[in-house]
Amino acid sequence: MSFFAITRATLTKDIRLEWRSKDAINAMLFFSLLVVVIFSFAFDPTAEESRRIAGGLVWVAFLFAAIVALNQTWARELRNQVLDAYRVSPAPATPLFIAKAVGNFMFVAVLEALMTPLFVAFYKLRALGPAWQLLPIAVLGTWALVVNGTFFAAMSLRTRAREIMLPLLLFPLSIPALLGMVNATTAVLTGESSPTFWIALLVAYDVVFTTACLLMFDAVLEAE
Amino acid sequence: MKRGFTLLAIATALLLSFALYAALVIAPTEQTMGNVQRIFYYHVPSAWVAFELFLINFVASVFYLIRRSTKADILALVSAEVGVVFCTVVLITGPIWARPVWGIWWTWDLRLTLTLVLWLIYVSYLVLRRFSTSSQTPLLAAVLAVFGALDVPLVYFSIWFFRTQHPAPVIGGGGSLDPRMGWVLLYNWIAFMCLAWLVCWTRYRLEVAQRAVHESEAMQSLMEGAR
Amino acid sequence: MNANHYLYAAYIATWAIHGTYLYILARKAARVRKDIERLKRSG
Repeated sequence: MSFFAITRATLTKDIRLEWRSKDAINAMLFFSLLVVVIFSFAFDPTAEESRRIAGGLVWVAFLFAAIVALNQTWARELRNQVLDAYRVSPAPATPLFIAKAVGNFMFVAVLEALMTPLFVAFYKLRALGPAWQLLPIAVLGTWALVVNGTFFAAMSLRTRAREIMLPLLLFPLSIPALLGMVNATTAVLTGESSPTFWIALLVAYDVVFTTACLLMFDAVLEAE
Repeated sequence: MKRGFTLLAIATALLLSFALYAALVIAPTEQTMGNVQRIFYYHVPSAWVAFELFLINFVASVFYLIRRSTKADILALVSAEVGVVFCTVVLITGPIWARPVWGIWWTWDLRLTLTLVLWLIYVSYLVLRRFSTSSQTPLLAAVLAVFGALDVPLVYFSIWFFRTQHPAPVIGGGGSLDPRMGWVLLYNWIAFMCLAWLVCWTRYRLEVAQRAVHESEAMQSLMEGAR
Repeated sequence: MNANHYLYAAYIATWAIHGTYLYILARKAARVRKDIERLKRSG
């Protein structure tokens, strides 16, 4: 099977399986809602202040939701010895990684799409800058978290305290991306500065780490 | 080997003592900050040594990825550990300096923030090494080290730009450097480099011994099982 | 806090940090030495 065919097959299989086991999805959707509500109780600013801190709040909330989704990335593969099969086969495991990363991206994007209107409502958000720029920022930022998150989830498979290992590895390395997402979002919401540099930083981050993950995933898979 | 080690230990002790004397006595008192500025002579060389050690870790990790050399793996582990120790010194002495000079404990100064992020990355590296149950921990650690190295320029630029938008006090920079201060800085840098070398050497030998013990123990249980 | 106290605090903190690490290494070395003795005896 061709590279693209394997990727697409894995991805559609994952989506179908996730859709069937709606329990997990519903639990995570509810978790995302809870995060928004808790944040709204914890940080209750006026409409003026909220634009300044909303960028940070929203992305921290997305980060938590992403971690919950990322932690179970490889659970099914582990249960069914899929990783062993990939290890034994001569073909590279890159399609598997891409499928997983894209699947995670789509899932986290759904969570974000659900959380955003809630944030807008609770925080009375309105973008003073060019609001359309929020979409590329969201895409680039989410991909930055998901690509490394999927990779480190694989690295954490053979560790004690697996669930805490993932955020422990992911957070320090994600700091530049986090600075990018938060500051770009704040720049657009407040309209006070240009998000261009931050968007460029996110692009650079995504390119560098997507390449690194693709190149090294096979080595990490061998290591399990 | 043993003699070289002892020589290094003596040299390090002498250098550190002289460097301390230089920092407290020889170096002139700075005009604006007074004696507090002498923290400079410990804070800055520790940062340089920490960055050198992290660089060694990066090179050793890449070498491991290419050659799977056990020596490279041990060197990576050792340089990461000692690097974190020196990095901790930087992160503690920085705020102790900032407090009397700027009245605040922390500032998102470029160098201090970069040091903090490096510290976080390398602590996560050490945690991975300790918590991993895979037989290929060295490989995973080497991959993480490479990711960390790729991250560093991105961290640098992101903090740099953040700081141009949110200016903050600069730790250690600014103010003219009396040439005598430059010499004292150099002495302390050399002294701390020798200390780093000495500690790394010690840790390296310790790691080699530990691994040999583990292997022997494994061998023993294997043979006992066979009996 | 007198300004000089900050200076002493920084220098003492530095040596405390290095000292702690060296102490940890010394403990590890003692344990390894004990293990080697044990292996020699039973080996």
